[in-house]
Amino acid sequence: MVQMTMGKALNAGLRQAMRDDDKVVLMGEDIGTLGGVFRITDGLLDEFGKQRVIDTPLAESGIVGTAVGLAFRGYRPVVEIQFDGFIYPAFDQIVSQVAKLHYRTQGRVKMPITIRVPWAGGIGAAEHHSESNEAYFVHTAGLRVIAVSDPQDAYRCLQQAIASDDPVIFFEPKRLYHHKGEVDLDASLADAPPMGLARIVRPGTDATVITYGAMVRTALDAAEAAQDEGISLEVIDLRSLSPIDYDTVAAAVRRTGRVVVAHEASREAGVAAEVIASITERCFEYLEAAPLRVTGHDIPYPPAKLEKFHLPDLDRILDAVDRVMDRPNSLSEATDAKGTER
Amino acid sequence: MSPHTTPIVDTENDLTERIIAPDGSRLSNPQLDRYVEDVDFQTLRDLHRDMVVVRRIDSEGVALQRQGQLGLWAPCNGQEAAQVGTARALEKRDYVFPSYRETGVMYARGAAPGDYARMWRGEEGSAYDPDALRIAPLQIIIGAQTLHAVGYGMGIMHDGADEVAVSYFGDGATSQGDVNEAMVFASSYRTPVVFVCQNNHWAISEPVGLQSQYPLAGRAPGFGIPSMRVDGNDVLACLAAMRWALEHARSGKGPAYLEAVTYRMGPHTTADDPKRYRDDAELARWRERDPIARLEAHLRAAGELPQEHLDAVQAEADAVARDMRAATIGMVTRPALAVFDGVYAEPHSGIERQRAEYAAYLAAYEEA
Ligand SMILES: Cc1ncc(C[n+]2csc(CCOP(=O)(O)OP(=O)(O)O)c2C)c(N)n1
Repeated sequence: MVQMTMGKALNAGLRQAMRDDDKVVLMGEDIGTLGGVFRITDGLLDEFGKQRVIDTPLAESGIVGTAVGLAFRGYRPVVEIQFDGFIYPAFDQIVSQVAKLHYRTQGRVKMPITIRVPWAGGIGAAEHHSESNEAYFVHTAGLRVIAVSDPQDAYRCLQQAIASDDPVIFFEPKRLYHHKGEVDLDASLADAPPMGLARIVRPGTDATVITYGAMVRTALDAAEAAQDEGISLEVIDLRSLSPIDYDTVAAAVRRTGRVVVAHEASREAGVAAEVIASITERCFEYLEAAPLRVTGHDIPYPPAKLEKFHLPDLDRILDAVDRVMDRPNSLSEATDAKGTER
Repeated sequence: MSPHTTPIVDTENDLTERIIAPDGSRLSNPQLDRYVEDVDFQTLRDLHRDMVVVRRIDSEGVALQRQGQLGLWAPCNGQEAAQVGTARALEKRDYVFPSYRETGVMYARGAAPGDYARMWRGEEGSAYDPDALRIAPLQIIIGAQTLHAVGYGMGIMHDGADEVAVSYFGDGATSQGDVNEAMVFASSYRTPVVFVCQNNHWAISEPVGLQSQYPLAGRAPGFGIPSMRVDGNDVLACLAAMRWALEHARSGKGPAYLEAVTYRMGPHTTADDPKRYRDDAELARWRERDPIARLEAHLRAAGELPQEHLDAVQAEADAVARDMRAATIGMVTRPALAVFDGVYAEPHSGIERQRAEYAAYLAAYEEA
């Protein structure tokens, strides 16, 4: 076990994947000499050469589209999109080509492409640098969507994504790049939990908070705070957004009967909507209260000084927990004042 | 705003490389002659046969669509020389990334009877086995496949293989970002790729002058890619130009670009009505340049078009069309649960759950 940041763990994961399989090639803007704007590919050019660590022209559709051609030829391209907000020029190649070629060809053409996306907000970045656009990709059949939340998981999941014969949109929360944790670099990948599984990061008995990405940390902080008030919160990290591990989710809901789903992305037709709809279909009779969403607002990502008003924080999560537990909450005062519905 | 006039507007009469003139006479072409020194009359007759068969496949496709057997068909009538000429220059090991109109290329690569129809009938997303023909699935997204060819070419380079990736696209596609990005990547990495633009003068209803006010082949040099503008209705010139382009790409010099100036004589697809946007006089002028008639005139003038050849070609075309029709009509639609097949390469719990739900639903119906 070694202590390292998530950024370093991702770097180690890439290095290991490249050592394990010489068909793995990296592509992206500034990933060579510079090592990527977040240095996730640092040192890989030196070790593997520019045939395998490919600095590309500044053209996102070009990057993903040529990765498709490499996949046709049996390569496993790992693409870096510099920031979440710059994936849109490549959207067509991702949803029309990468996601569909296996299906269209009855499995004859595989697209083992990993698209790494430094993702989501909370770092005070400029416009187009903080977006949570996972719902577009979750909605697209043929893609797998992964969002990691700690160094150990980042290290393993990235290797699993690269080894997968399916295309994977791999979201890396920028907010956690410098977050440190224990990483076991030597443990066999075969023993690691598959990347499609959710994990319970904190067991609890009163209510379940389901989340992913950087919000896992926020949810854990909320659980810590709730503990002080005598509430036992369970926190689930979905890890995989396509597929979502509903077995783990439903089992938790059956235990606690109370659910809050939290994410940074906007609310309308987001991942939380899907999770809650599926929970309602599966375990309605176990629910003690209507499941709630805590999400970003349905607004374009706001300027840096305002992002704290957009991103769900510990208090908004706790407020929702109070609501599902029928404790005094942000709504109770308003309704009390009107003297109705209580 | 009205576009100003440049040579592109006059692509009918201009500046393209050719070896056989529209009247069938042989011209000397200092650029291209050396690429077809080996071409004898028998080879020319083979090319003629290819074009006749492709035209027959094409008309059978239209007929099958009209009879409700196919949902749609994209005719290549008029473009046989551009397709057959360029495709016959390819080696078997080369890999093609086509659009949806390359029936002639599919034929030259050895497509089976059903391959022409399977996708247009809606049975499968891909018309054929890409590995077997070494052709990627037909591409509907305009221009997307050019990048795939470049990526494939990057792979060829990494592998140190003696292959070329080839991408076909139309004049309308040249306006797409992907095609321009493809040229940037191909040029920057000196990828063994040949771009074949079939300028058939129309992108559905939009004339080529709306895509470009400059000859399309003239753009490639701006990316550092040598190009040639070839008479796309002269099958020999297409063969020669493609041999030049392939030789260039194969020898490690990087990409090459061909603009084959041709004409789509039929509608864009069977859903299109070209009468709404182009006049009969234009079509009539291009009919005079029919690529098949041109080669026939050339062979006839040389006394090299015997009736036995014509009879044999006709019989072969009829047989291919008959096989295609039989294969099409004989297609058996896969069972309902097959809609879930192949979405992912590895198990995906979401898809498996939906498949199971749908299977249970179907089973309940069967019991009832
Ligand atoms: C990205 C995209 N936009 C629009 C269309 C609809 N569309 C299909 S074919 C076509 C015209 C293409 O013209 P061109 O590239 O010249 O090829 P041609 O059909 O003439 O061979 C259009 C607009 C499409 N298939 N893909």
